[in-house]
Amino acid sequence: MIPASVPNQRPPDARLLVVDSGGKIRDMLRSSFPTLLRSGDIVVANDAATLPASISGVHKRTGRSIEVRLAGSESVFHEDVRQFSAVVFGEGNYRTPTERRPSPPELRPGDTLQLGPLTATILQLLDHPRFVMIHFEDANGSIWESLARHGRPIQYAHIPTPLAVWDTWTPIAGPPVAFEPPSAGFALDWRTLDAIHRLGVHFATITHAAGISSTGDAELDARLPFDEPYRIAESAARLIRLARAVGGRLIAIGTTVVRALEHAVSIHGSLRETTGVATNRISAATELRLVDAILSGTHEPGTSHHQLLSAFVDQRILTKMDQILEQHAYRTHEFGDSVFVEKSRDRAAWMKPVEFVTGYHHDDVLTKAISV
Amino acid sequence: MANESEEMGKGQELTDWKSIRVAVTGGTSGLGLALVHMLLDGGARVAFIARNRDRVERLVSERADARGITGDVSQKGDIYSIAIQILGELGGLDVLINNASSLGPIPLAPLADTNCEDFELALQTNVLGPFRLTKALLGALAASAREGGRPLVVNVSSDAAINPYPNWGAYGASKAALHHLSAIWNAELASQGIQVISWDPGDMDTPLHAVAVPDADSTALMRPEDAARELISKIAHHMLPVREASQ
Repeated sequence: MIPASVPNQRPPDARLLVVDSGGKIRDMLRSSFPTLLRSGDIVVANDAATLPASISGVHKRTGRSIEVRLAGSESVFHEDVRQFSAVVFGEGNYRTPTERRPSPPELRPGDTLQLGPLTATILQLLDHPRFVMIHFEDANGSIWESLARHGRPIQYAHIPTPLAVWDTWTPIAGPPVAFEPPSAGFALDWRTLDAIHRLGVHFATITHAAGISSTGDAELDARLPFDEPYRIAESAARLIRLARAVGGRLIAIGTTVVRALEHAVSIHGSLRETTGVATNRISAATELRLVDAILSGTHEPGTSHHQLLSAFVDQRILTKMDQILEQHAYRTHEFGDSVFVEKSRDRAAWMKPVEFVTGYHHDDVLTKAISV
Repeated sequence: MANESEEMGKGQELTDWKSIRVAVTGGTSGLGLALVHMLLDGGARVAFIARNRDRVERLVSERADARGITGDVSQKGDIYSIAIQILGELGGLDVLINNASSLGPIPLAPLADTNCEDFELALQTNVLGPFRLTKALLGALAASAREGGRPLVVNVSSDAAINPYPNWGAYGASKAALHHLSAIWNAELASQGIQVISWDPGDMDTPLHAVAVPDADSTALMRPEDAARELISKIAHHMLPVREASQ
């Protein structure tokens, strides 16, 4: 796959590779995503807005430059803004690939970090020399203002130009609690929401504080995703229950939605209003109890996002999907193309040969895309 | 402000504003200041935005329950910083009042004598600023609707948006654009449950009016508190179905 290096959330030629419940694979324009939906389905997206969670500053005890990337918080409640888990880098910036970034100085509990106008104290190391719990000493209003003015969106070397905050907010972004964008939601513009509404498809949102996707450290990356707080409002839980009760499929926009919904249902047995912290890891061993399909970015094998897809389909189909993504030069990372993966109907489907139909340049697909 | 608070409660049949989250731009003078005080008195959770940090801090020192944000809505680079702070401070948003305004050239001037830069400032403040801020906050407003609220955007307009007053060209043209923008937003966002209105408070005794018409008889002008009361009543009327539904 090719890294998408331009921060364009909805390029007109964005592609979608579809793996249906029978194991068939086809490709289409992503803008025609609503044609995959049926009346009565429910689409659930993550409405978290993205914090400018990269803060540069100084490690006071040594005087050395550091970059702090906020990585997790205890809740999505807007007043819980003083304590974060964070990954610390040495000097430099996003232009250096994370795995080549210099280490920070030795970090110890009690160390002070001067992060622009913010002062933070390291409370503890989280079983890793670069992963720490920090506490801001400032008042909440000052913390919000300092993050808003001094923080920058977390970004990686595959995008050469600095990201602006608006590059990282999905159109539906609300509570600023995510540390990286819940980027599957980039596909959902207001025109698409109107189109799915007209189709008789329901729409609900949850708020899930999407954490960071890469730390540049193999040991830490193996711990991803970190614990992520989320909130499912009663109105969303009710709508999802109603849609499911009458046979509608639940289509999750992004991995964070799958994680939050499946976590909530694992706690309560059924979906209800929940404010919690997702600690679950979704993999081939996970039996999905709520989610029927996912719209997601294209992910490299070996990542936790990719592993999550194995809860939907057999590894053999996933491998075929990966091959097609490579062969057809799909774009990857947050501004890249997408996949739509439906949960396999039954294991018998997994035994059949995987069929791939390319319809990307077919007039029908383009016509549908325009008429949606 | 106690009397005004009592009147506010009587006038609009909505006595519990505690769950209502409101952002007001241009919140340290004139109509915006009156709105901030009266909404807080009514129990609303209020964030206000203004350019001058000293004035923001002064108002916060008077009203500890107010969330003050320093920012300039005419500056593209400030919009997301303002949006993050509004949503961070209030935890969401139900009502956005785009009140900050620019007159354009000061003193007012015929269009033929209006510098492009002054016209641009009027458009940035009165049209693009409200457009950008509304767009940045649209996700939060739509979330309010999905959770049973009746989110509302109020764009403060003027009769200069309708009537072609000589010397008010930059201001009038920009307010006309804002007026039409509001109508189109409203049509497009109906499906999301978000209402957008353009509201003309009438001629008020405010610093903006004093700059525009220095020799005006201020006693003949409406007090900003009276205009604020009218708007709050309008907002309450809009919110009322929610209160009835939840009781």
